[in-house]
Amino acid sequence: MNQQSGAPLLGELALSIASGAIRVVDLTHTLDPDFPVIILPPEFGQCARFRMEEISAYDHRGPAWKWHNFTCSEHTGTHFDAPAHWISGRDLPNNSVDTIPVEQFIGPACVIDCSQGAAADEDFELTPEVIQAWEAEHGEIPAGAWVLMRTDWSRRRGAEYLNMREDGPHSPGPTPEGIRFLIEQRDIRGFGTETVGTDAGQGNHYTPPFPAHFYLHGAGKLGLQCLNNLWELPPTGAMLIATPLKIKQGTGSPLRVIALVG
Amino acid sequence: MTDPLSRPPKKDPQVRTRVPTRPSHFRSRAALGIAAAAAEGRFMLQVCEDCGAVQYPPRDACASCLSVALPWRDVSPKGRLIAETTVRTSTSIYFRERTPWRIGTIKLEAGPSVMAHVHGDLAPDGEARVVSMLDKSGQGVLFAIPPDMTPNMEDDPQMREMTCDPKFRRVLITDARNENAPALAQALADAGASMIFVGEAESWRPYPHRAALAAIPNVDILPMDVTDTASVVELCGEIGGKTDILINNARFVRPGGILDRADVGFAREEMEVNYFGLLRLAQAFGPAMRGRGADGDNSAAAWVNILSVNAWSNSPDYGLFSASSAAALSLSQNLRADLWDGGVRVLNVFTGPTEDEWHQPLPPPKVAPAAIARALVAGLKDGLEDVYVGDVAKDLIDRWRAGPKILEREMMENRGASS
Amino acid sequence: MAENSKRQSYDGIVVVSPATVPYQRFSKEAAHWWIARALKQSLDAASLRPRDVDGLIVSSFTLFPDSAVGLTQHLGLTPRWLDDIPMGGACGVVGLRRAARAVQSGDASVVACVAGDTNHVDSFRRMLSSFSRFAQDASYPYGSGGPNACFALLTDHYMRRFGATREDFGRICVAQRQNALRNPHAVMKTPLTMEQYIGARAISDPIALFDCVMPVAGAECFLVMREEDAKAQGLPHAHIRATIERHNAFPEDAIQMRGGWEMDVDELYAMAGLRPDDMDLVQTYDDYPVIVMMQLEDLGFCAKGDGPEFVRAHDLTIDGDFPHNTSGGQLSAGQAGAGGGYLGLTEAMRQVTGAAGPTQVKDARHALASGFGMINFDRGLCSGAVILSGDGA
Repeated sequence: MNQQSGAPLLGELALSIASGAIRVVDLTHTLDPDFPVIILPPEFGQCARFRMEEISAYDHRGPAWKWHNFTCSEHTGTHFDAPAHWISGRDLPNNSVDTIPVEQFIGPACVIDCSQGAAADEDFELTPEVIQAWEAEHGEIPAGAWVLMRTDWSRRRGAEYLNMREDGPHSPGPTPEGIRFLIEQRDIRGFGTETVGTDAGQGNHYTPPFPAHFYLHGAGKLGLQCLNNLWELPPTGAMLIATPLKIKQGTGSPLRVIALVG
Repeated sequence: MTDPLSRPPKKDPQVRTRVPTRPSHFRSRAALGIAAAAAEGRFMLQVCEDCGAVQYPPRDACASCLSVALPWRDVSPKGRLIAETTVRTSTSIYFRERTPWRIGTIKLEAGPSVMAHVHGDLAPDGEARVVSMLDKSGQGVLFAIPPDMTPNMEDDPQMREMTCDPKFRRVLITDARNENAPALAQALADAGASMIFVGEAESWRPYPHRAALAAIPNVDILPMDVTDTASVVELCGEIGGKTDILINNARFVRPGGILDRADVGFAREEMEVNYFGLLRLAQAFGPAMRGRGADGDNSAAAWVNILSVNAWSNSPDYGLFSASSAAALSLSQNLRADLWDGGVRVLNVFTGPTEDEWHQPLPPPKVAPAAIARALVAGLKDGLEDVYVGDVAKDLIDRWRAGPKILEREMMENRGASS
Repeated sequence: MAENSKRQSYDGIVVVSPATVPYQRFSKEAAHWWIARALKQSLDAASLRPRDVDGLIVSSFTLFPDSAVGLTQHLGLTPRWLDDIPMGGACGVVGLRRAARAVQSGDASVVACVAGDTNHVDSFRRMLSSFSRFAQDASYPYGSGGPNACFALLTDHYMRRFGATREDFGRICVAQRQNALRNPHAVMKTPLTMEQYIGARAISDPIALFDCVMPVAGAECFLVMREEDAKAQGLPHAHIRATIERHNAFPEDAIQMRGGWEMDVDELYAMAGLRPDDMDLVQTYDDYPVIVMMQLEDLGFCAKGDGPEFVRAHDLTIDGDFPHNTSGGQLSAGQAGAGGGYLGLTEAMRQVTGAAGPTQVKDARHALASGFGMINFDRGLCSGAVILSGDGA
């Protein structure tokens, strides 16, 4: 065997995690019936809320065990978007959660801190200029990176989270140029946000509408949304692990997103 | 003066889109003459051939002499508003959603009194001009307006229900590569369209006016090829919900009749663009537009086809192109019927030979892109269904109405006039 | 053309047994049910059986798909004379005229005249859109305000032309409400003040809520027979002194400001041998107050355009100097579809026979009742009037 074995590396990693030298950060919200989901115009089909029903609880329905049935959408809670989620990615090969090669789920994370901008402007836009300013400080985003837009939006609760008004929701997100820069110039793995979608709340009013969904999935890239605790990650150097459920032809999945931080 | 329309707010995604309702569309056969006149923006009433009495409401026999010869004629639209009311309670769901609604009785100089919708700027007891318009049911109605233009007249809420004004509406022009695309986009921008999407086929292939087109305010060039179903479906998935006016300017034209060509190659291309292109667009964009016919100030309003006037009668020099145009005309009638209950109008702009490379050897008059654009926007503002641009088109439709068989002979005799 | 041929008198022909089935705002029953009740009430009052009726006249908007013919089988009648009068507010006067001539000529002995309609929750709206071809083509598409909008236009024009005010129309409505409070069957049971009238919700300017009738379910009936038969039965009866009808009068008027009465009013009084002053009460057709004012003018109580002054100068209540629409009229008693065309007639019959009970006008001998109907497009086409006198007159 000429191939170099990765086993020693993994052993070292296990020891580092056990010792606390490498921290494991949970980037996931609790699946909770009250956690907001995206709201579409009422004519369209809607995202199911998380629901859980007890099957038994050490009682007459099952004396020694407790378990639940739960229902939700592929896109409820902290969740993963596969390319098949959007019309632009519908014809790509391996575009659903069951066919995406598993190695794509793990990659280095670049965290662009937009929290100050988002605090000042709820419609804060991630533009190529913002990205390039970040790169000037932290270096160029490597190919294959998970790019996470930190806005501290996950600290919001209740109605503040979707921030819905008469002209629709208001929350930060990338401009068409911003997301195209990440895809075309940096060849990222995927893009993650703390908000309910990878697009800005007003993303419907860009051309094309919902540019993050349109361009990311059209290019076979992945999406993560409703992320939590991004402030615990360094700008670079963390390793992100985001493994969706293996749903046949699934367009996404709720999942546990974790990051390894050195 | 009319309060100027303000830019519609962004849509509230939590509010259901109002389902289009319609004013009553029931009419007697005689009364359909109002719609026929309104489709072209003419004011016509029945005039007795025997005694000259002008009739209203439309009828089957003259109320003066019992003659049944009652042809429709252009009559003077002048009159006076002698009574008015503002309807605040209506039995029609359509009007309930739009009250208060002003109507009145106008005594026409031509004779009869008519009931009409009344423009907000028309003074009580004032001089009036009566125009025929199409309402959201697609049927003809009379509308009394001030004799002279008033500021922001077109923004009167009742009038805007009748028209398809591009102001603050979002428009899709389907073919950026057509030489008329910049003129169309410019005219729509000048008319206040808030967004002008332009579909672009084969973006890998340059064309001369792209920069000029892209420089027009509010223009966004997006990929779409009317011969590629997937691209049409994809663009509709993106912007179908905000396409208020669709202007199909995609066209494939080559000279020649049946015996001028050796195979069906170009004919197939003509059908692919001129007929199937329209069909693809209609199947993709039609349902969403029909559902958005009452979606506020920027509701879906109109579907525009730019067609050769030879759709009505074949020009043997462009015989196969004429045939594809006839197919498109027939399809447009089907589309008009399908969009009817959404209150979305189908406007056909008919042109004679156009000022472009494929009509280069033809003698003038030829229709310049700016003339098409001007007529098209005017047709939208007036809420028309049929617009004839240029002398050739107007002449041809006059002859067609006088006698299609005679016109067919004339078209045969005119063959070769271009060479 | 020669002048009008001379009208023959109705001597020896009388009207008896006026019946009014108490109105209801909405009804689940069909028009047939209402018409049957009115007919039975009339026959019971005259101690007649259904087979005694050998002539029938029916008016109804809601019998569809039936007409008078279907009703004969439905009600078990075998008349030798039958008519169907689709003339809305003029159907009572016109029906009475037809029936009287049928009895006079011997074509029938007892003609039952009946009108009524049911009122389902949505039936009025459904009827409007298909009321007539001209309405469908040339008025309904304009706001679909129905008769409210048509009469609003006539009212607006009348006000501009003759200087009438809303208070003038209010006087008519307020007086009728006062009358209605004495009619136990009126649907409106609370007083109406001028302030309430003026301040009411706008319906179609200048028409507001209390200018409009309330559509209800109900039916009306009376019988026409020979005087000798009525006397033999001991039935209180009224004499027909004169009648007129006219259709599509003054088509050259740009907008309606007079009805067909104006063409025939002189013959009406000449035939009766009476003058307007002789009338002890007047029942006009009152679907809107503007048309009341036109009737007061066209039926000779004042000159054209003096209607506003007339209602200012007179007390229109039962005890007033010009008793008018003593049952409350349609404005306060309700409009039972085609029954509205009978309401004034049956009330006038009771008045001149001294049978009006709580609404009785003292010493009422002569009464004028008029009808008006069918807004085919922009104006009412049918008009009619009748003068009735009591036996003692």
